[in-house]
Amino acid sequence: MASTQSVDQQSTGIPFYRDERILKIVAQVISTIVIIGLLIWAALNFLRAAEARNMTLTFGFLKEAAGFPISNPPIKYEPSMSFGRAFFVGLVNTLIVSVTGIIAATILGTLIALARLSTNWLLNRIALVFVEFNRNIPLLVLLFILYFVIFQNLPRVKESIVWPGPIYLNQRGIYLTWPRLTETGMIFVILFGVGVVLAIIAYSVLRRRRELSGQNTYYGQISLGILVVSGVLGWVLSGTPFRLSYPELQGFNFQGGLRLTPEFSGMFIGLTTYTAAFIAEVVRSGIQAVDRGQIEAARAVGLSTMQVLSLVIMPQALRIIVPPMISQYLNLTKNSSLALAIGFQEVFSVGKIAINQAGRAVPVFALVMLTYLALSLFTSLVLNIYNQRIQFVTR
Amino acid sequence: MDSAQATEEVIRPPQPPGPVKWVRDNLFNNWFNSLLTVILLPMVFFALLNVLLWVFTEADWRAVTQFPLLYAVGQYPRDQLWRVGVGLSAVIFMLGASWGKWGGLLRSISIAAGIFFAVFALLPVQHPALNLSMRFYLGLNVLLLLVGNWIGGQGIVKGLFIIIGWAIVPFAFVFLLTGIKGSEVIPSVATTFWGGLLVTFLLSAGGIILSFPIGVALALGRRSSLPVVKGFSIVFIEMVRGVPLITILFMFSIILALFLPQDSRIDRLVRALMGITFFSAAYTAENVRGGLQAVPPGQIEAAKAVGMNGFQTMLFIVLPQALRAVLPAIVGQFIALFKDTTLVVIVGINDLLGIGRSIINSDPEFVQLQMEVYVFIAVIYWIFSYLMSIASNRLEAAMGVRTRL
Repeated sequence: MASTQSVDQQSTGIPFYRDERILKIVAQVISTIVIIGLLIWAALNFLRAAEARNMTLTFGFLKEAAGFPISNPPIKYEPSMSFGRAFFVGLVNTLIVSVTGIIAATILGTLIALARLSTNWLLNRIALVFVEFNRNIPLLVLLFILYFVIFQNLPRVKESIVWPGPIYLNQRGIYLTWPRLTETGMIFVILFGVGVVLAIIAYSVLRRRRELSGQNTYYGQISLGILVVSGVLGWVLSGTPFRLSYPELQGFNFQGGLRLTPEFSGMFIGLTTYTAAFIAEVVRSGIQAVDRGQIEAARAVGLSTMQVLSLVIMPQALRIIVPPMISQYLNLTKNSSLALAIGFQEVFSVGKIAINQAGRAVPVFALVMLTYLALSLFTSLVLNIYNQRIQFVTR
Repeated sequence: MDSAQATEEVIRPPQPPGPVKWVRDNLFNNWFNSLLTVILLPMVFFALLNVLLWVFTEADWRAVTQFPLLYAVGQYPRDQLWRVGVGLSAVIFMLGASWGKWGGLLRSISIAAGIFFAVFALLPVQHPALNLSMRFYLGLNVLLLLVGNWIGGQGIVKGLFIIIGWAIVPFAFVFLLTGIKGSEVIPSVATTFWGGLLVTFLLSAGGIILSFPIGVALALGRRSSLPVVKGFSIVFIEMVRGVPLITILFMFSIILALFLPQDSRIDRLVRALMGITFFSAAYTAENVRGGLQAVPPGQIEAAKAVGMNGFQTMLFIVLPQALRAVLPAIVGQFIALFKDTTLVVIVGINDLLGIGRSIINSDPEFVQLQMEVYVFIAVIYWIFSYLMSIASNRLEAAMGVRTRL
């Protein structure tokens, strides 16, 4: 009875302009036509413009000589090398500043978050001022202050500021005392590397066995032992694996140590402090979101403070912290493109120079955008896998 | 009688802690905190002392105080300045009317604006830009605010008229600034002359107003059952979110022209606005999507059950709940947009930061005064961003976000 009625309604009752199935198909067709039409229109315009201005649309120029210099390239580069090489140099610079920035911002941000949670009123307020200051001014203004006001006004090489370390600050950048591998140092690196791999395997295998059998397999102690043994063995076998390299003034410049250019330093400090303020808020809200009852219950069953932190608070807080943290990491990577404004030559700056060379705007631009897209997608893929592992296991 | 008195004494709330107890509880409650306080206190003291000394004795604020009009409107022709003034006054009047009508948060904003204008109108300093007519204009704005408040409060106009007024004012303002080609009264002013805070506000307000509906549309598109619409929305959102804003600004300033008919020309300020709008729309879309997912399916089923069609369900049932739930995230996105407008400096538009840079470069003497200029600009951005976040908190409380389902 009911079915015949509905069939009747479908066939006769509803006029076609109110039938949802027909409306859907119509909307589909119209939206397809509009989108494809716009694309074709843009493409036709573009082809006409390309013809008129004699533009290249292929990536053949990647093999041609770049012709422009890059200051302080992290890998070997000369203007006579190909544009592809120049672009790769830019990519390495982007990766260096992003990865170091992410690590430093995570550490600084976590410390600030802990300071925000401190019961000491003074420390609490200092952390609050740091967060509110950095969150409410544009990153570009911060970068301009760091680079144009501070790093460009540092004294000349002969009159360097000396900080304990020793660290030298002058117009040419920051010179750090830095450990360098000696000739036998490779032995240590290889042995320790093998130790790390073995420790990770031992940790996961023994931990899994413990989870399955319930017996204590001492996974923590055993993997730590492997690490220590391999480290000590490597150190002893290689004699002295590292030697501190001190920056020394020779002639007009410093030799030795690790040199950070003013451009990199400005970019690194700016990105780190700016992102740390956001990360601090993410971490703080994550920790505060853990139910107080959880902590009280953990204390009641006799866990120590460290156990409460590592077994109860952190696993729950991480679930809340990780997703917004991923987007902060992505923001930092994308914000590294502001380096253009202070002359640190990463992907976008290199692309910008190439765009100004005749007729390459479109392929260069496509390359830059695809690079950032790939970086973003790769970062979020890796971190999302991690995120899935720490989330609740639901049935 | 006596017993009643005793009871009253018992239930009296405890005295607020005295200063000594407060210090002991908050600064010296255990040995670690005591140590921290002892170390931090002198550091904070000397840091504050140095900052204050720098601001009041060492810093040379000439590069800031000499050019208030440049920072405000850039190179906008000085004989046409009244157009900016009239536009600003219209906004102020509308603000006053809204204050009278609705009060609440608008009241605080209006009072803050009124105090700002009054202080500058009466500022006891000699300055060429702060002449009698300028003081008169600033005072007039305070008056307009109060008149608007009275009109709104008396119920002379309906709320709907005020909303319509708000819809008209931005367009009228931009039209007034642009002018008409060949007109005697309002000759056209090319956007290359616009600058300073005016451009920063135009880009931020324009970006916020335009990106919001586009963002909502994209969020709905992403949840649409039409594969073409859905696919387009996903590709657009993910592409835009995957690249930095600066690449999008460059795309609109350089590449866009290649995809349009050759004789068409889009103003560069409009191109920058388009870039900012599309960028912000993609982020707004993701925020709104979060809100849409949070609306319980029962709401939609109930709306269908009482006979609403899809459009009505979306407009009256789903969107109001979804937008309220993600209000904090959306305001956060708007604050980010406001700060991000500084990036237009890199494509050569003189917003507040750009004007600061061109002032620094205009005179070799000012190159040594960069710190003062950037600190001034940072403070302006800081104040507005901070006010927006406070407003967001108050709005959240008023709308019962997170407290009411």
